[in-house]
Amino acid sequence: MKRVYIYEGFERFWHWTQAILIIFLAFTGFEVHGSYTFFGYENAVVYHRIAGWTLLGLYVFAAFWHITTGEIKQYIPTPKFMRAQIEYYLLGIFKNAPHPVKKNRLSKLNPLQKITYFSLMVVIIPLMMVTGLLYIYYRVPQASVVDPLNVSSLGPIALWHTIGAYLLVIFLIGHLYLITTGHTVLTNLKAMLTGWEDIEDEDDENEQTENVNN
Amino acid sequence: MRNTYLTLLVIGVIIIGAVYYLKDPTVYPTKLDQLKEKYSAPHKKKAVDHSKFAVLQKKFKSAQEVTKACLTCHNETAKEIIGTPHFRWERPIYLKNRGVTYLGKADALNNFCIGVQGSEVSCAKCHAGYGMNRTATAMDTVANDIDCLVCHDNSNTYVKGANMFGYPGKSVDLNVAAKSVGRPTRDNCGVCHFFGGGGNNVKHGDLEKSMFHPSRDVDVHMADSGPNLQCVDCHKTDHHNIGGKLYSIEAQNVGRIECEDCHSNEPHASEILNEHTVKVACQTCHIPEYAKVNSVNIHWDWSTAGKLRDGKPFMIEDSLGDHIYKSIKGSFTWGRHLKPQYFWFNGTADHYLLGDKVPEGDTVVVLNQIHGSYSDVRSKIYPMRIHTTKQPFDLGTRMIIQPKLAALKKGVGAYWKDFDWNKAAEVGMKHVGLPYSGKFGWINTIMYWPLNHMVSTKDKSLQCTDCHTENNSRLAGLTDFYMPARDHYNIVDTLGKLLIILTLLGVIGHGSIRYYFNKKNKS
Repeated sequence: MKRVYIYEGFERFWHWTQAILIIFLAFTGFEVHGSYTFFGYENAVVYHRIAGWTLLGLYVFAAFWHITTGEIKQYIPTPKFMRAQIEYYLLGIFKNAPHPVKKNRLSKLNPLQKITYFSLMVVIIPLMMVTGLLYIYYRVPQASVVDPLNVSSLGPIALWHTIGAYLLVIFLIGHLYLITTGHTVLTNLKAMLTGWEDIEDEDDENEQTENVNN
Repeated sequence: MRNTYLTLLVIGVIIIGAVYYLKDPTVYPTKLDQLKEKYSAPHKKKAVDHSKFAVLQKKFKSAQEVTKACLTCHNETAKEIIGTPHFRWERPIYLKNRGVTYLGKADALNNFCIGVQGSEVSCAKCHAGYGMNRTATAMDTVANDIDCLVCHDNSNTYVKGANMFGYPGKSVDLNVAAKSVGRPTRDNCGVCHFFGGGGNNVKHGDLEKSMFHPSRDVDVHMADSGPNLQCVDCHKTDHHNIGGKLYSIEAQNVGRIECEDCHSNEPHASEILNEHTVKVACQTCHIPEYAKVNSVNIHWDWSTAGKLRDGKPFMIEDSLGDHIYKSIKGSFTWGRHLKPQYFWFNGTADHYLLGDKVPEGDTVVVLNQIHGSYSDVRSKIYPMRIHTTKQPFDLGTRMIIQPKLAALKKGVGAYWKDFDWNKAAEVGMKHVGLPYSGKFGWINTIMYWPLNHMVSTKDKSLQCTDCHTENNSRLAGLTDFYMPARDHYNIVDTLGKLLIILTLLGVIGHGSIRYYFNKKNKS
């Protein structure tokens, strides 16, 4: 075991800000959807918008950071070890088998994480941002009497925004569970909080790779 | 550590953004502040005192003499008035696919006393003129028939007589009235417009006698204790042409008075509320209820008219004093504290015109079909009241009948004297130059009445969840658009919830197995 600095300050900051915002957006969003009453309808709408704008602002910085540091490459999906990772979650994890993919500063994500986060990054989050902005602004062409640009119905916008919302909630449940599958239940959580994670030693890694190849 | 600066920068930008977003964008004094200041100032004193004019001192023998006296100074005013819909009781309107026609009280059919033609003796009580029994054409005669006093009497003593072709009651002291003339008040307008259809609040629902001196709860604008607006403060006149349109007789989106005229289309501090003004009329949220004080007529059934007691007509009142039966008019249904119904409306309407044939098979006729839809960018949601009536109908020609109702004496076919529908239909239709087949029946008619008055105080206006709710939404009837919280794609909600449950089950299952093997491996 050795302690490795995995998550930098900004990374942890944007992760947790995003986490809080997305949970808050889901909570206010489903009130706007009519699922329950908590903040009051108008407050829910106002808070949802503020949170949405804040998240958009955060993503601008996060995108800048990921691109300039090259960290964005970590999200590029790869089929390598994908099968091993799936087998680990379906079988190995119960037998206390080691993680099939070694985590280090240069490779933080396992192949399932890569494909999931990549999907979020290129599909779900853009979908939510675009439909969210349209939700706010679809009336503007009409208010400014630019009829040809008028969006004839909020229906499809709301439909896709709602689909995205359900998918994010489902992601969140899975994510919250899967972070408990580290070396100990709290390993991954602590790492995202402090930046430091206990990583299995090199020897273990070799052994593990052999396992994967088997 | 190199990220500390970036993190600080992000936090800084977020704080600046939040401050910008949350700051009060209101410019003070607000539009409302300015309006309050403007209308809390007392009306300017009259430039002239009519009571001192020599021409108004002489003893007037007739109402026309008063008019003649007025016109000695206001010597061009008659020409203005004679051209107004108020005096003519009609105005040109354009009906789609039917061209230009004239429509107004003079020739329209409505849900109430049906129509004035043939019954001018009674209906002229609310005409701004005298002598509706004559068809004068000479300018001098017509000019003297203008009733200046009904609108301009400020003594509150001038009243028009019943069944007198528009002449004032015999007890009126014309000199008192003439000397008092000034700007029309709610009393002047209300004496006709609050009692349209033959009684208080038969027609409008939002205009009735409580509006002479309403409390703030009833109408925030006209309340004595509020800005105390008079009708003409909003219904501004241009050379005696009075602004505002009533869609029982109007067809085009012109000359209307809008709340926005004073309040602008961004009257709220809340941006989200202001965004609603693209699709929702102010009235929709700010008139949550009508008939706030006295009952409004909601259904009129002419078919039960004509019952007599000892050969004489009678009437029945309910416990609230509302007439629920009159021999001369039939049965009435009343309501108070009513919620409006809501419709898309773009300011245009079609009308049933006298002589139009009702298509075979139709059992309901909309007398003023208002137009609008969600997809029509000129439409907004308006609150309205729907009034229904069962009225005389010619089964042969399939025309709605204009019966003769009022007359001074029996035997001329007037229903209110003779109680014979066939005769009243025959005489009435002959009067308007239309055929009557002799096959008498009934038809149901509907009228839309947009609600514009009885504006409530801010705290009573509709709240978000009055409409944005799945159950009992105020806008449940408007189904041609998607509204958050009211509408859901059931398949998305069902599948979404199902997937959430399955994910939770999967997570719990996987976790449990992990826990089980973990214990087993340890032991």
